[in-house]
Amino acid sequence: MTAVPMTGKVTQVRVLHSEWIKLRTLRSTFFTLLAAVIAMIGMGLLFSYVFESQWATMEPQRKADFSAITLPLRGYFLAQLALGVLGVLVISGEYSTGMIRATLSAVPKRLPVLWAKAAVFGAVTLVLMLVTSFVTFFGSQAVLSSRHLQTTLSAPGAVRIVAGTALYLTVVGLLGVALGALIRNTAGAIATVFGLLLVLPVLGEVLPSSWSKHITPYLPSNAGQALLNVRPDPGGMGPWTGFGLFCVYAVVALAAAAYVLRRRDA
Amino acid sequence: MIEARGLTKRYGDKTAVDDVSFTVHPGVVTGFLGPNGAGKSTTMRMILGLDRPSAGTVTVNGRRYDQHRAPLHEVGALLEAKAIHTGRTAHNHLLALAATTGIPRSRVEEVVDLVGLRSVARKRAGGFSLGMGQRLGIASALLGDPSTVILDEPVNGLDPEGILWIRNLLKDLAAEGRAVFVSSHLMSEMALTAEHLIVIGRGRLIADTSMREFVEQASRNSVRVRSPHAGRLRDLLAGPEVTVSSSETETLEVRGLTSDQIGQIAAENGVTLFELAPQQASLEEAFMELTSDSVEYRAAERAREEVAV
Repeated sequence: MTAVPMTGKVTQVRVLHSEWIKLRTLRSTFFTLLAAVIAMIGMGLLFSYVFESQWATMEPQRKADFSAITLPLRGYFLAQLALGVLGVLVISGEYSTGMIRATLSAVPKRLPVLWAKAAVFGAVTLVLMLVTSFVTFFGSQAVLSSRHLQTTLSAPGAVRIVAGTALYLTVVGLLGVALGALIRNTAGAIATVFGLLLVLPVLGEVLPSSWSKHITPYLPSNAGQALLNVRPDPGGMGPWTGFGLFCVYAVVALAAAAYVLRRRDA
Repeated sequence: MIEARGLTKRYGDKTAVDDVSFTVHPGVVTGFLGPNGAGKSTTMRMILGLDRPSAGTVTVNGRRYDQHRAPLHEVGALLEAKAIHTGRTAHNHLLALAATTGIPRSRVEEVVDLVGLRSVARKRAGGFSLGMGQRLGIASALLGDPSTVILDEPVNGLDPEGILWIRNLLKDLAAEGRAVFVSSHLMSEMALTAEHLIVIGRGRLIADTSMREFVEQASRNSVRVRSPHAGRLRDLLAGPEVTVSSSETETLEVRGLTSDQIGQIAAENGVTLFELAPQQASLEEAFMELTSDSVEYRAAERAREEVAV
């Protein structure tokens, strides 16, 4: 065997590089991100077209609720499914295939793997979704402009909501990474992510309103989506406090994931 | 160099590895032998820090595995089950592992050629045969040019050519001064490659000995004698160091005397012999005898009976 000069130590930067290679060398990454992009842009253009073409015959209430900022970005509701799933798969895919044993043998301190996975996936999602959100916004304004329904980035809250959509989706993905590491099983982790994000708010509605008003606004997705309203919901959280709380949920989940990753047998 | 001291792993009330101590030295192939379920894989996982020991310690080159700053350069391991993402190509799998400690791309190309996977390196590992998966696992193990190599059942799923390749590879790695630790449940395979043997059964250490000693101990000669006067001969042969058993009429299984001695005694006493044949226990039989009390899963008592006949 030839002697290759190899004195390399494991560093966080090298583990980041390794996780970047892993993320970009799976087809599932490409297809899932593509699904998220198509969901955002496609739904945005579709909603804009429907509103633009139905505008003349639309009920006054719907016209009053219309916002040229939020309507085109509603595709995030679908895109979050793709990104939550991909976040889970980044880790659970290693457990289901056995790859995790190779990964943790190479990085036996383990935590650098979790940080690298979260950082790489978070960065990729954030950049891609920022571009996608802005493309969706501008594309939709072009569609809406035929009825002069369009708005601009200088409108109040516009930049916050367009960029915030990408931020919200990134944190959904990170929640997926954390729950994937906590639960390890793909199906279980996906069910948990969407149970938290989609089912809990519905259950919150069932509660008597005297309870509901103290609970519902603080559920993860409701808190996070406060960032995406033009005006705060009455009784809801402010945009940045809401999003801050959503981030706290994700950080707590990641911390729990780090704790069990260190302690459990791989 | 691997040193295990009092290594123990419990899962609930089941003890998978029970107070095992051994040393794997550099420069030799050490065979790790035991029936299925004996605790071989669990022991190897503890060496790599994948499982946390319930008690005891195991170090590699003087340190716990997770205390090494460049683990891939200390230990290369092929674990029993595939440790490869099925959706990634062999080449990218190796690149990702190499990146964790800054191993250059040229080394990835080198190990791909070394294990003979060049033609399928750009194919996704999910479509690999068991043998190709093993080769990729061995490529991962050798990436960091480690001083200690751990291979769990490396010949599983390999064709005869692959098995021969593994045998030579193991010997070469040891000849280069590396500590090579190889598990198998096949004694015959170990006999061809290992110089030292560590045998476990039901999680306990049964033997830690050189292959030569093991072979000598195993080849306790017995002599098969067939005579119409078996009963009388039996009395004549009796002695303090001699055991005589009989599994069919007119036939004796004699231990402790050579065939020459038995022939002499028979002639002196006018006993007719139809057959006088020295027998040699095979290594496989010796291994099964050694571990027969510690086999976890057994198809009734058949295995044992086959050995006894």
